[in-house]
Amino acid sequence: MTFALAAAGPAHPGPSGVPLAAAAHGFLSPTGVEIAFLLVGLLTFGAALVTVTTRQLVHAALWLVVALGGLAVEYLLLTAEFIAWVQVLIYVGSVVVLLLFGLMLTRAPIGRSPDADSGNRWAALTVAAAAAAALIWVVVDAFRTTWIDLDGPAAGSTEVTGASLFQHWVLPFEALSVLLLAALVGAIVLSRKARAEKSSPPVNSRDSADGSPVVPESRNHSSGGHRPTEQEGAR
Amino acid sequence: MHLAYPAVLSALLFCTGVYGVLARRNAILVLMSVELMLNAVNLNLVAFDVWLSRTAEETLHSGQALTLFTIAIAAAEIGIGLAIVLAVYRNRGTSDIDKLRDTAEGHESGPDGDAPAAEKAEASA
Repeated sequence: MTFALAAAGPAHPGPSGVPLAAAAHGFLSPTGVEIAFLLVGLLTFGAALVTVTTRQLVHAALWLVVALGGLAVEYLLLTAEFIAWVQVLIYVGSVVVLLLFGLMLTRAPIGRSPDADSGNRWAALTVAAAAAAALIWVVVDAFRTTWIDLDGPAAGSTEVTGASLFQHWVLPFEALSVLLLAALVGAIVLSRKARAEKSSPPVNSRDSADGSPVVPESRNHSSGGHRPTEQEGAR
Repeated sequence: MHLAYPAVLSALLFCTGVYGVLARRNAILVLMSVELMLNAVNLNLVAFDVWLSRTAEETLHSGQALTLFTIAIAAAEIGIGLAIVLAVYRNRGTSDIDKLRDTAEGHESGPDGDAPAAEKAEASA
């Protein structure tokens, strides 16, 4: 609620910003959109907190769905419809499913795992709290007289977004397709290398039978295991 | 709508992601926290683009275009990141980033020089 108190500081719209839009809004009398944004924002922030603090790994992924879906609702409230549906499709639809696949392929424990958090929890909490305090102070101080005018036609409808994307941003768009292709090829190469290494059992079995292998020696083994794969890839 | 609402929410989400990246031990949970940070940046971009598209007469909608690019790059990043995590898991048998200490300084010649070897044997067993 610090931003609400800070927003109540200047009793009249400042010289900067948008005087017309600011004059139409009263202080401490939030509109319906603001109340909805605040409630969905609290839900999103709570889901994000549970995501980073829960000890059950699958529950973390499921709470991430809530956080990302809440963000999609926030985009809708900001009249950015196209971004909202892209968010639902890509993040909620594919990224979380990918993360769940990753959790299951690495055989994550289903129940509570006691070692989900590392030892530097309190240092991380200190850093995050300090960063949050600094960011919120700066942002509220900078934008306390700034209002978004949400009336009129939607700022992010599919027509507007498509027109601006394909009039002004065609070249980055095409470059992005090359990046996605590179990511696809990179993922294939990474998984192929792992499979080729997995299909060479003598190295692994000798390492495990050795008891306590010396680290540089096992590094030589692993690079030896890599070599035929790289030659195969170069062909 | 006051611009502070989306800005403060995105700052809070970003710091939540920072905490997750610093405090989590499983590599996939770290990737989830990175997604949270990217989404905080996206919310900022969208909010400021909506604000600017009302105040400026001529706008390129650069914020929303950049948001779409960020979403695509985040999807590519999560694919590559999970491929790396799975490769590490197949090699080492763990996705615990505290145990991946092969390139850490002072652990092979330090007083606890046999700790990585023991962890490695445990991982490859």
